[in-house]
Amino acid sequence: MDQSVMTGGFSDPSIQAAWGFRAAMNAMARPGDILAVQGAQAPAPVSEAAAVLLLVLCDPDTPVWLAPSHDSDALRRWVAFHTGAPVVAARGEAAFALGRWDSLAPLGDYRIGTAEYPDRSATLIVEMDDLRAEGAVLTGPGIKEVAGLNLPDVAAFRANRALFPLGLDFFFTCGDRLAALPRSTCVTDPAEVS
Amino acid sequence: MTDYNFAYLDEQTKRMIRRAILKALAVPGHQVPFASREMPMPYGWGTGGVQVSAACLVPEDRLKVIDQGADDTTNAVSIRRFFEKTAGVATTGRTSEATLIQTRHRIPEEPLTRDQILVYQVPIPEPLRFLEPRETETRKMHALEEYGLVHVKLYEDIARHGQIATSYAYPVKVEGRYVMDPSPIPKFDNPKLESEAIQLFGAGREQRIHALPPHCQVVSLDFEDHPFEASKADHDCDLCGSGTSYLDEVIVDDAGGRMFVCSDTDYCETRRGAGHLGRLAATRQEDAA
Amino acid sequence: MYVAVKGGERAIENAHAWLAEERRGDPSVPELSLAQIREQMALAVNRVMAEGSLYDPDLAALAIKQARGDLIEAIFLIRAYRTTLPRLGASVPVETANMRCDRRISATFKDAPGGQVLGPTFDYTHRLLDFKLAAEGEVPAAAKAAAPQSGPVPHITDFLNRDGLIQAEERHDATPPDLTREPLEFPANRALRLQSLTRGDEGFVLGMAYSTQRGYARNHAFVGELRIGRVPVEMEIPELGFSIEIGEVELTECETVNQFAGSKTEPAQFTRGYGLVFGQTERKAISMALVDRALRWRELGEDNLGAPAQDEEFVLSHADNIQATGFLEHIKLPHYVDFQSELELVRRLRAEAEAAAQEAAE
Repeated sequence: MDQSVMTGGFSDPSIQAAWGFRAAMNAMARPGDILAVQGAQAPAPVSEAAAVLLLVLCDPDTPVWLAPSHDSDALRRWVAFHTGAPVVAARGEAAFALGRWDSLAPLGDYRIGTAEYPDRSATLIVEMDDLRAEGAVLTGPGIKEVAGLNLPDVAAFRANRALFPLGLDFFFTCGDRLAALPRSTCVTDPAEVS
Repeated sequence: MTDYNFAYLDEQTKRMIRRAILKALAVPGHQVPFASREMPMPYGWGTGGVQVSAACLVPEDRLKVIDQGADDTTNAVSIRRFFEKTAGVATTGRTSEATLIQTRHRIPEEPLTRDQILVYQVPIPEPLRFLEPRETETRKMHALEEYGLVHVKLYEDIARHGQIATSYAYPVKVEGRYVMDPSPIPKFDNPKLESEAIQLFGAGREQRIHALPPHCQVVSLDFEDHPFEASKADHDCDLCGSGTSYLDEVIVDDAGGRMFVCSDTDYCETRRGAGHLGRLAATRQEDAA
Repeated sequence: MYVAVKGGERAIENAHAWLAEERRGDPSVPELSLAQIREQMALAVNRVMAEGSLYDPDLAALAIKQARGDLIEAIFLIRAYRTTLPRLGASVPVETANMRCDRRISATFKDAPGGQVLGPTFDYTHRLLDFKLAAEGEVPAAAKAAAPQSGPVPHITDFLNRDGLIQAEERHDATPPDLTREPLEFPANRALRLQSLTRGDEGFVLGMAYSTQRGYARNHAFVGELRIGRVPVEMEIPELGFSIEIGEVELTECETVNQFAGSKTEPAQFTRGYGLVFGQTERKAISMALVDRALRWRELGEDNLGAPAQDEEFVLSHADNIQATGFLEHIKLPHYVDFQSELELVRRLRAEAEAAAQEAAE
């Protein structure tokens, strides 16, 4: 096993996982807020923030799907070594999926939960080139009035919102920063607002 | 520190709880099943709240634990000590200083901020449970948004008593979708469910977690001609004089004499510290001297 | 005058110190050792292991000592400890046909290969207090069998199965769900129901079983076979490519042979109920088999008679004594905030009723 597989985990797992989760929870509770995390390094091109999310949330109980943008032997081995999560071959089997937006599509293939268990839905970790609190206009639970986030799309998130209480939940990662968008958020194109 | 993992639970258990919390925040008011563990305190004594707190705590947290609004009730003391021992976190009685507050049956009087998390201990998370005992049925009712039964129950109250006779664990509707049980807080606290803070509800024995993100719409169920009313005892606090806080009634002598005091002990002490005095405050200070 | 209730912390410490003193009892009486409990209170140890879901007689003995003999409290201690143990792997299913039986009886056949072995049972003892025990006398050694059992002992139900007289159990290798790792969900499959029953409260499961005998979903159970003994536990080691024995456990297994089902198209067949419990715990194992059988009504095409023992959600939701005792006892905790809100409400309702009555009188 080469060195890159064994390294990049948390040096103090219970504490770093606690910090990482706190950031992830704050992000999910306040769509559009951008938070910094640290302490994990997965093989390229995985961002530090995405690596932290994998370590915080994934384990043998959570099938992971790696989008073509991120799938590699090195990453598969890293995920297996550090989390024990099974890497699955189909989007529809995944509890978590990681990749760039275009590579994660089509969204319709992921699990969106059932009417009785809407929580049994996938969470997507979307790697971004940039993360800014501007762009699409966000309203809904967790947001005082409005928030902004440079989402890669608007229509897709609107369609996802229309499924509520079913649907997908998203993290967006860039470098050491992350933001989130739960299915409950209403997304509007800024052009429509002004 | 101790031989236990940080905050007692093993990492895999925490991950499982953390995933449930994220889904609960994404679908406000929906009860997410989680594989609750057997804790070293009994079911019904806050195991759900303890597991949720354990999954959220970071070493920098300042923890406050209240039961019935008070920091020094025995079970609150016991849970606070548990986390002092297993997570090594600082603790406080001051609402404003706390970053994570675990509570049973009350929401602090002082409005919470965005830097705080409120964790509720929940005995029965299902608002429909006493109308329909079967989980298989209530789950369907939530799925179909079939909440007629709750309204019928509230309406029967009105028919019998002239008003809605539910005074605590008063059901709410979250973001126009899920009917949720806010845990047995007095209905006086219901308006405070719309908060700046993240609110997490943990039911250990019943294996459910539900959540309210900040600024989430939470409406207490009512009827146009019988609107919801957040009622309390029609008195001021006899110690701090507050006319707006929730009061406990204390029997003080054999003749049935009674006094009313804030249930939120920190709120009351802070007010007295600032010089506010109630009807019996002077007598009490003599006693203490 | 009123002084706010303070000093919860000190009160707790003092209460615990007093409890420790009471647990020890009169210090002039010698203290119980764990070995004494393990050896002489073995059936209590077995119950704590079964309902605590942890096979460790020494820890169970410790829990009984710490709990002052309160078995539900002891079970609670074991469960709480169990939570903290890492899960290293899963064993291969135990093969009860390979059990070294201390006891093996069948009520359905007078004799069968392997024979009837009464074993160390209370059955046929006259329940007379034995005052010799009060004198702490030595027990004469029991006679030993000339030829101890060798090789597997076939299950009685296998004989019936061979002739198609009893409904066959499908063999499958699917990983069963785990009650302790996943939230309970309904409808539950049989594997999950059996897990719940085997660690369920003995009294509760007994009461449920008894209710079926008295006509609440009666299913005419015979004890096809009851066996108690030790079985090896094996674990597969992936690195080795084969399984190795890691120890052995004592188990009680009960298979009931129940009323036959059948129709114009399907010939009549007996049906089964199954109980498997840690340790020598035969009351529990038999009860479990009866309740298991009652819960199988859907699968066996029977009517739901509305009997409590047929109601999976009712049985599984209330069988766990640790859940039950915790929630029951939590009503000792202060509830004055909720009570206060009720008090205000009742006062207001009464005041309004009085005002209305007065108005009517005027």
